[in-house]
Amino acid sequence: MAIALKPKSTSQRRLWRFHGGIHIPDEKALSNERAIERPPLAERLWVPLQQHIGAPGRPLVAVGDHVLKGQMIAEPTGFISAPVHAPTSGRVVAIEPHPVPHPSGLSAPCALIEPDGLETWAELPPPLADYPQLDPALIRERIRWAGVVGMGGASFPTSVKLTPGTDREIQTLIINGAECEPYITCDDRLMRERAAHILEGVRIMHHLLRVRTVLIGIEDNKPEAIAAMQLALAETDMGGYTEIVPIPTLYPSGGEKQLIRILTGKEVPTSGIPAQIGIVCQNVGTAAAVADAVLEGKPLIARVVTVTGRAIAAPRNLEVPVGTPIEHLIAQCGGYREAPRKLVCGGPMMGFELRESATPITKATNCVLALAPEEAPDPGPALACIRCGRCAEVCPTRLLPQQMYWNARAKDLDRVQDYNLFDCIECGCCAQVCPSHIPLVQYYRYAKTEIWAREQEKRKSEQARARHAAKQARLERQEQEKQARLRKQKEALAAPKSTDSGEDPKQALIAAARERAAARRTSDTGSA
Amino acid sequence: MLAAILALAALAAFFGVLLGYSAIRFRVEGDPIADQIDSLLPQTQCGQCGHPGCRPYAEALAKGEEEINKCLPGGEALVLALADLLGREPVAMDIKEKVPSVAFIDPELCIGCTRCIQACPVDAIIGAAKQLHAVLNSECTGCELCVEPCPVACIEMRPIREDIQRWRWPYPARQPVASDIAAPLRDAA
Ligand code: SF4
Ligand code: SF4
Ligand code: SF4
Ligand code: SF4
Repeated sequence: MAIALKPKSTSQRRLWRFHGGIHIPDEKALSNERAIERPPLAERLWVPLQQHIGAPGRPLVAVGDHVLKGQMIAEPTGFISAPVHAPTSGRVVAIEPHPVPHPSGLSAPCALIEPDGLETWAELPPPLADYPQLDPALIRERIRWAGVVGMGGASFPTSVKLTPGTDREIQTLIINGAECEPYITCDDRLMRERAAHILEGVRIMHHLLRVRTVLIGIEDNKPEAIAAMQLALAETDMGGYTEIVPIPTLYPSGGEKQLIRILTGKEVPTSGIPAQIGIVCQNVGTAAAVADAVLEGKPLIARVVTVTGRAIAAPRNLEVPVGTPIEHLIAQCGGYREAPRKLVCGGPMMGFELRESATPITKATNCVLALAPEEAPDPGPALACIRCGRCAEVCPTRLLPQQMYWNARAKDLDRVQDYNLFDCIECGCCAQVCPSHIPLVQYYRYAKTEIWAREQEKRKSEQARARHAAKQARLERQEQEKQARLRKQKEALAAPKSTDSGEDPKQALIAAARERAAARRTSDTGSA
Repeated sequence: MLAAILALAALAAFFGVLLGYSAIRFRVEGDPIADQIDSLLPQTQCGQCGHPGCRPYAEALAKGEEEINKCLPGGEALVLALADLLGREPVAMDIKEKVPSVAFIDPELCIGCTRCIQACPVDAIIGAAKQLHAVLNSECTGCELCVEPCPVACIEMRPIREDIQRWRWPYPARQPVASDIAAPLRDAA
C-alpha cells in the first residue's frame, strides 16, 4: 500500500496512496480561465443567521435597523459557534425564515438587508500586524470575532480548530488546496491570484499552533496554482517549515483523512479527528480569511464562488457578499444558456440539489452548478445489486458499501453501524462505479439522519420517563401527606377517648362541651 | 398398570409442587422483560394503547397479554423493535401514525383552572391557579391528555414545524427493480 508515487514536480517528498478513489473528468476548464470578478451588489441580501456547525447565533439587530458593513448582526452563543456580520451597509427590512443552502430545502432565520450602495464600513478592530509578539489567545479571539469558519464546506468554526488541546501536541498543519471535486475552481483561482495572502494566513496559523511542518497539498491538475504558490513561498521566510506538495489527481484526495494519508501516510482513527494524530487541516480559503481578520481587522463577509456547469452562459468565479441570492450569481454569468436539468450547491459528487434559486450563498458555499441535461443524464431505474464488489474497491475509507446498503435498505440501523457507517464521507465513489446504478449514498444519508433522529427521540423519551416518574412520586407524596393530616386530625379527635375510656368520642365531646359551659356559668355567676 | 399410573401421578404432583415452590422461592423482584420493553416505549404516557401509561403497557406485553402494535406514538419502528425483543412476528400498525405535535394553550381563553396541569403526565404545563397557563414545548410529549379536561376548550394540538435540525434524508424512492437475489448481469458490461 505504501508505494511512493513519483510526483511530476521536483518535490522530493514521499507520498502515500489512499485506498480506492476514482478518476472522473474534472471539468475545471469551464471556469478556471477567467480571473475572479466582483459583480455589482444584489438588490437584496438574505443573510442566514447561522452559517456554521455548532450552537446557533443570537441576532443583534432588529427590523428597521441601519447596519454598517462588517457590523456584527448575530453573536456566537457557545464555544463552538461563530458570529455573522453584515456583508454591506444598508437597512434590515426583515428577519424571517428564508430558504438556505441545505439538502432539505427548508428555511432558516435570515436577515434581509437592502443595501444602500454606500458600502460604509463599521468601525473595525485594529490590524494585528505584530501578531508574532502578541498573546495567541488574542489572535484566536480576533479570528473568532471575525466569524471565520472552514470554507471548504464543513463550516466548522476555525478558532476552535486553532485551539490545540493541552493533552496532545500538533506537529503538522496541512493546508488543503486539493480541490478534488470536478467543476469547482474557486480555490484554484484564489491560489493563482492571492497566493501571498494565503501564505500570510498560513503563517498566522503556524504561529498559533506552533507546528513543526506545514504541508500545502495541491492536486497536479492545477499547475498554475502550484507555480503561483511556489513563487509566493520563495518570497517569504516560511520556506524552512512550509512545503508545497503537488499530489496526483485522484478523487477524493481533498477529503481530510485522504489528504492526511497522502501527505503523511498516517491514518486518522475510526470516528476520530486528525488532532488525535497531531494534525490540523485547513482549507486555503480559510487561510485567506484568517489573514483578512488578523492583518486587516476584517470579518468574513464575502467569498469566492464558482458558478459553472454547461447550462451557464459564461461560467466563472465571483467574489460576492455572503447572502447574495444564487439567481443573482447566475445572472452575473450571463444567465442560463439552456434550461438546467439540475441546480446543485457544491460539486457534482458531494453537493446537493437546490430547489430555489432565491437561496443565498453562505460562508461555506464554494460552487453553484447548473447542469445541462447532457451532464446529468437520468440514471435510469436502479437494478438489483449483483454483488460485484466494485463499490468496496473504490471506497476511500475502506468500508463495505454493499453491506451497508443491504442493512440500510432493510432499515436495520444497528447492523449498518457495525459496518462503520459514520466513517463514510459520502464521497459518492461507490455509487459512481455501481453497475446497477443503485443510489448508494442516499441510503447512507438516510440511515445516518435516521439514527440521529432515533437517538434524539430516545433522549426525549428518557426525559419524559423521568418527568413522569417525578410527577408520580410527587402525587404519592402529596397523597401520603394528606393521609398523615387526616390521621392526625383523627388522632386529635380520638385523644379524649383514651382518657375517658369506655365512652365513645361523641359522648366525650358532649361531655367536654358541658364542662366548658358549666365552667363559663360558674365564672359568670362568680363575677355577677 | 395401576402402579404405573400412580407412579406417574406422584411424579407429576412432586414436580408440580417443586415448580410451584421455586416460583415463589426464587421469584425475581421486578420484571426485567417489562423494564426492557419500557425502555423502548416512547414514554408519551398518552394511554392510546388502552393502558394508563407506558409502564402498564410494558407489563401487559411482558405477560404476553397484548399485541405489539398498540402504541401509536411508537409507530412502525417500535413494532419492529418489540418484535425483535420479544421474538414475535411484526404486525402492521392498525391505525396510521400521527404527525408529531405539541399542545398549545390559547392565552386569550385560558381561565387558569389548573385542570390541564393535573392531567399532564410529564408536568409540561406551567401556571398557577387563576393564572395563564403555558406549555413547555421541549417537554410536551404530544399525548393530548390535557385537551379533554379543559372546560373552555382552549387547548389544541399543533404539529411541530419541520426545521433543519429535525430534518432527515428520506428513504430512497428509487428502489432497485427486480429482486436483489439472483440478479441478472444485465448492466455489468
Ligand atoms: S457496486 Fe453496486 S452492484 Fe456491485 S456490489 Fe456494490 S452495490 Fe452491488
Ligand atoms: S460514499 Fe461512503 S461508502 Fe461510498 S465510497 Fe464514499 S466513503 Fe465509501
Ligand atoms: S400508546 Fe401512549 S401510553 Fe401507551 S405505550 Fe405508547 S406512548 Fe405509552
Ligand atoms: S402538555 Fe398536554 S399534550 Fe403535552 S404532554 Fe402535557 S398533557 Fe400531554
